[in-house]
Order: sequence, then structure tokens, then C-alpha cells
Amino acid sequence: MPSLMINNETIEVPDGTMLIDAARQAGVEIPTLCYLEGIQRIGACRVCLVEVEGARTLMTACTTPVTDGMKVKTNSKRVREGRRTVLELLLSEHEGDCQSCVRNDDCELKKLAQLFGIEEVHYKGSKVPRKTDWSTSALVRDPGKCIMCRRCITVCNEIQNVGSLAPQGRGFKMSIGPAFEHPLSDVVCVQCGQCSLVCPVGAISERDQIEKVFEALDDPDKHVVVQTAPAIRAALGECFDYPPGTLVTGKMVSALRRLGFDAVFDTNFAADLTIMEEGNELLTRLKNALQDGKQTALPMFTSCSPGWIKYMEHRHPDMLDNLSTCKSPQQMFGAVAKTFYAEKIGKRPEDICVVSVMPCTAKKFEAQRPEMQASGMADVDVVLTTRELGRMIRRAGIQFQSLPDDTMDSPLGMSSGAADIFANTGGVMEAALRTAYEVITGRTLPFENLHVQPLSGLDGIKEAEVRIEGTQPEWRFLEGVTLKVAVAHALGNAEKLLQRIQSGESEYHFVEVMTCPGGCIGGGGQPRITDNATRLARIEAIYREDEGKRIRKSNENPEILQLYGEFLGQPLGEKSHHLLHTKYVLRNEV
Amino acid sequence: MGNENITACACQEDVPLEELLTRVDPVIEQYRQKPGGLIPALQIVQGIIGYLPEEAIKRIASGFGKSFSEVAGVVGFYSFFSTTPRGRHVIRVCLGTACYVRGAGQVLEAIKRNLQIDVGETTKDRIFSLEVARCFGACGLAPAIMVDEDVHHRVKPSRVGDIFERYRLRRNGGEAVIMAERSAAL
Repeated sequence: MPSLMINNETIEVPDGTMLIDAARQAGVEIPTLCYLEGIQRIGACRVCLVEVEGARTLMTACTTPVTDGMKVKTNSKRVREGRRTVLELLLSEHEGDCQSCVRNDDCELKKLAQLFGIEEVHYKGSKVPRKTDWSTSALVRDPGKCIMCRRCITVCNEIQNVGSLAPQGRGFKMSIGPAFEHPLSDVVCVQCGQCSLVCPVGAISERDQIEKVFEALDDPDKHVVVQTAPAIRAALGECFDYPPGTLVTGKMVSALRRLGFDAVFDTNFAADLTIMEEGNELLTRLKNALQDGKQTALPMFTSCSPGWIKYMEHRHPDMLDNLSTCKSPQQMFGAVAKTFYAEKIGKRPEDICVVSVMPCTAKKFEAQRPEMQASGMADVDVVLTTRELGRMIRRAGIQFQSLPDDTMDSPLGMSSGAADIFANTGGVMEAALRTAYEVITGRTLPFENLHVQPLSGLDGIKEAEVRIEGTQPEWRFLEGVTLKVAVAHALGNAEKLLQRIQSGESEYHFVEVMTCPGGCIGGGGQPRITDNATRLARIEAIYREDEGKRIRKSNENPEILQLYGEFLGQPLGEKSHHLLHTKYVLRNEV
Repeated sequence: MGNENITACACQEDVPLEELLTRVDPVIEQYRQKPGGLIPALQIVQGIIGYLPEEAIKRIASGFGKSFSEVAGVVGFYSFFSTTPRGRHVIRVCLGTACYVRGAGQVLEAIKRNLQIDVGETTKDRIFSLEVARCFGACGLAPAIMVDEDVHHRVKPSRVGDIFERYRLRRNGGEAVIMAERSAAL
């Protein structure tokens, strides 16, 4: 283990450690705008400059490996001046209309400029023209604000395997964006918003629809209902300075009520509904394949994550039959709200406005898909991300921290713990197994505390096997079958898994894919994060929420049973087929 | 790449783009598995079509399993690649250090005047396109320009018109003229 001296303090670090990590180990923060833990260290922004004894120039801490006996200064005059110069150069090329920028309160560049006491920019840089791209329903891109840190490129290409963004042109004329300055809507983009999650400035952000929601709330003729996705409650607190992993479910409900929503419901309710439909779909497929010998597409893939769906439509048109036909919980909720609930309160669907709060930018896209109009119009009217809800609560002058806890309304507000874990990678699979195993065998899923341990955590691809024994008569064909399942999160991992499946290297019955690293808790619409520590804290909070629930399985949710009893009939029934299932389309391959 | 024509091709102008695009596929097939195969494939395709239209780039991206944006980024990075149709002959003026100090700037100005076009443009009659480049490795004979694959040494601003005239002749069935000159030069 090499040892080095950082600002007169000697520490030992593992071989191959970069200076930036060594400094953090020594309790020294090195500023950076392009570094992404475990994902990108390319020394592009040059802000992480440090002084290494014996080196001719200042070195970038993110690309310099520690060598034994190194002596490093991170706070010398030379370092401060070097960083200041770099920041001024970056500012000289940045369209900094900070007052009206969506990133005003959390811009990393602005923070560093303040930190290093920059009062004047001495350079006149060449700026990329501001051709703001409004072409997608999820994201807004302003290349004029881009500082070329390449974080978005790396997540889009390497983590997500999508590649909508790349450096275009060269030198002063270089810009970051789609080919030939096309709008994002013209190239393959799944609108996952991971780029907006890591952008240090206001160059890529969610398409803000807060005012549209205020407008609906102001309209006395509209009955405005809101649903919040499982992942929101474990992250919204971060918008109000709570540490990552703080559950704020009760305060969130209070805040939504104070914003003026007529009813506060839960996407979790629809997650339970999804399990009922998707679980039964899986069992039907297994029956077709194993008992009746019918041609059936297996493995079945989950369909909750709209980025993943769009990815499949672009890249794997031959495997669309493998996608579950179930709509996502967001859309199931919308369809049920504008039919079953509308009927219940004696309103027409056009008088109801359904607002979603999602951890996801792609949900904005999903809500606008023409397939999502089971009620005769858009089933979900407006989708806000977690970040937007945070801003909306502030704009309304609501003091979040001092709010009392409140609970969701009935009849679309109750949920099981299985619905909570939809937020985590591995969660949809675990929720499905909890219900499916019980349906097949009449017994509880034989895992400690109902957690399928091998499917949790941040490994990119996870697998589990569940042997089925002691089946109910109806499911005899599954007797002795070992159910093989897999879970992937981040589309790059999903692609690897797809290739294993296509080559025959791996065989599964059921596969869960979530578009974003960590699952929805790490979604593109969540409070911005660049590290796994935050992801893990949110994951842990979600499991806590699940374990705190009286009901842990979707099939035991009484409001779900009521919905089937009063309205839907049975899973996969005719009404379900019309309201809760969908079909997929072919999209451009490049 | 052997003898493949990798610069602007002079003989395909009347073939419709649709058909030229079908000739891209064997190139993709040949290079898609080779490490670093993208750039030679782009070069050859540019040779076939004369430039790299978006349709060709999309086809190549798809064949190589890369994204359209990434391949467009590669095309945009190298000045050798052109995404607009070019003239029958491509003139490249070296602005490398040696050529520059030996008067490449004046040569370039003379060419612009002579052809009435700017860098990156093509003459109205689609015979010449003008580009700038950095070093052909002919520094000892600076200033140098290239017309297609021919390097012209110690170019004088006052004589650029003479050089281009020979290529005009070539267009008018004067192939033999050039060939004779080439052999003489060897």
C-alpha cells in the first residue's frame, strides 16, 4: 500500500487509488465538475488541480494515481489560482443567466465560482449558440450552458448504452449533443433523464410543468387528484435538506393536500394492481409453455419502466412479445382514476385531472403515448418529477419540515409493502414472487422477512432461483419446476443480459429491468446524485417502509380486492385488458 | 486499404444515392468486426459516395452497433470527412507550420480568388471543392497542396490557375494528359 502526504498529513491508500479519492480519505474535498464516482475520471474540467511535489505543472487529482512517497498540496496559492483560472475559463464559455436558470439553487459551477471567490471573469470565451431543444416531452437541453464535462455522454453511452449524446465538431466549434444538431426527438433517446441527473449546470434539465399543475388546481371545475410513485417518499426529503434515506411519506401527503389536490392517492396502489395483472400474466405464459406446449414468448420482461420500453422498441423489435403487456403503475392508476374512481364520485373523466409525481423524466413521455388513453383521453394529464414537486412546495410557501404527517385517501391510496419496493432494483421481482409463490402453493414465499436477498443491492445483473413444490391443484404443472429469474438495472446491464438470453447462455422465466442505476430511487427525475452512497440510503429507506407495513403482499391489499370485486372482475379479464394492458410500437433503430 | 479510392470519387455522379447506399453494406460487413474499423469504413464510404450523407452515417452506425450521434461525432472530428456533396476534385491546402511560413496563406488566398469559393465550399460547376489540412509530410517541399491524391510542391500563388486547368482538362476527356504527366513525374 503506497503512502502519501497530503497537506502534511500522511495516509496509506490501496494500490491504484487516484489522488481525488486519496484526498477524500484524508478528509480533504477536491472540487470537480466532471468526475463521477466509479464511472468517469477523465480530467476534462481541470477544476480538481493539485500541486504534486516534483511535477512541473499542476496535476488533475482525478486522473493522477497515487505513488509511494508522493507529497501533495491541495490548498496552496498556486492551486487556488490555478483552479480560479480554470473556473474563469469555464465561466467565459458558459451562458450564465443564473437568475432565470433552473439550476440556480444547485448549480455546481456557480457553487465553485462562489467558493473560489470569483468576482470577475477576465476572459472572453467563445460560446456555443443557445439553440434550446424543446423537442421531447421529458427533457430540455440548452447547449449554451454546457461546459463540456462529458458526464452526460458517459452515462448515456456507457451506463445506458443509448448514445443520444456525443461530442460534435471540434475545437472551439465543438458542442455536446445529438448527431448533426438534430433535436433529441430525432435520435434514439429513451428520455430516462440520467443526463439531467448528472449535469453540473443547467444544460440538461427536466421539462418543468409546475405551472400547468397550478393552473389545474386553480380551475374550480377540475377535480384534481395526485399519485406519488414509491420512490418519491425516500428522496423528496433531500429537497428540504433531510439526509438521503429519510422517509417523508406523511409530510409529503400533507404538502400535497396543502397544495390543494382534491384527493391524494398512491401509485403504490397501482403497483399492487400491477402485481395482480403481471403475476397472472406470467402464470398464464408459464401454463401455455409448460402445460399446453403453446408457442409463448419467455422470459417475460417487466414493463414498468418507460425508458426500458422505449429502448426495446428502438433496439430489440424482435423481442417486444417478451415484454409484459401490463401498463406501468402510473398508467394503470390513470386509467382506473378516470373510470372506476370517476364513476364512484359521479364525475366524467374529462372533469378529472390526474397529476403524477414520478422519480422519472421518461414518465412524462409515457403519459403522452397515444396508447395511454383508455378513458378516451390522456389517462395521466401532467407528470412532475420529484425535483419539480420540491420546487412546487417551496413556491407555494409551504414549510415542509414543520408539516404534520398525514395519510393517503381511499379508495386508491392503500398499498402493501410489496408496492413500496417497486422503487428499488429487484423490488418488482420480489413483489411478484411474494404473490405468485403464494398463489401457486398457498404458502408464504420462503425467504427471510420476504426479502429475496440475491436480487437486492447494486450489482448490475442479479439472479435467483425458486423451486416450486407442494402446488395447488390448479398449478400442478409447476410442481418441481425451478423458477429462474433475473434482474438488471441501468440499460447497459439490461443489454448485456439480453445478449446472454439471445445467445442461449442464460435461460430465465421472468426478468425485471429498471432503466436507471439502482432502480427508480436513482431515477432521472430524483434530487441530483452522483454517488452510490445516496442510492443505497434510499434503497434501505424503501425496505424500511415495506417492513413497516401491516400488509406485505399485493394480493392481500383490501382496496385491490375491492377494485376487482366492484369493477374489474378478475385479473386479465376483459376490463383489465382494455384498461390495464397495452401494446408496443416499432421505432427508428438509429 | 490497398488501392481503394478513398477520396472524392469522380465517376459516380450520375448514380442515385439510393443505389450508392447499397454499396455501403459490403464495406460495413468487411470492417465491422475489425478493431478500429470505423474510420477506414467511413473513408471508403466517402470514396464511394463522394461525401458522407446522414443516411450513410446512420447505416454505418447501425452496422457497427454504434449510435448515430457517436459516429456523427467521429465524422465531425476529422477534417478529412465531409458531410456535404463535394466537387469532382478536392483541393486541400496544407496550413501546417512549414507550409504556413513558406506562404501557404497567400496560396490559399490565391486559390479562393481563382475559384471564387471559400474554404469548405464547392464551385458552382461542381468541379472543385476547397479544404484546408495540416501537413501531408511534404514539409521539405513547402508550400504543398493536394488535388485528390496528387501532391503539388512549392506552389506559387500566381500559378494555381495552371494546376487547376489540367484537372479541368481531365474532366473533358483529358485523362491521358494527366496520366502522361504523372508518369513523367515518376
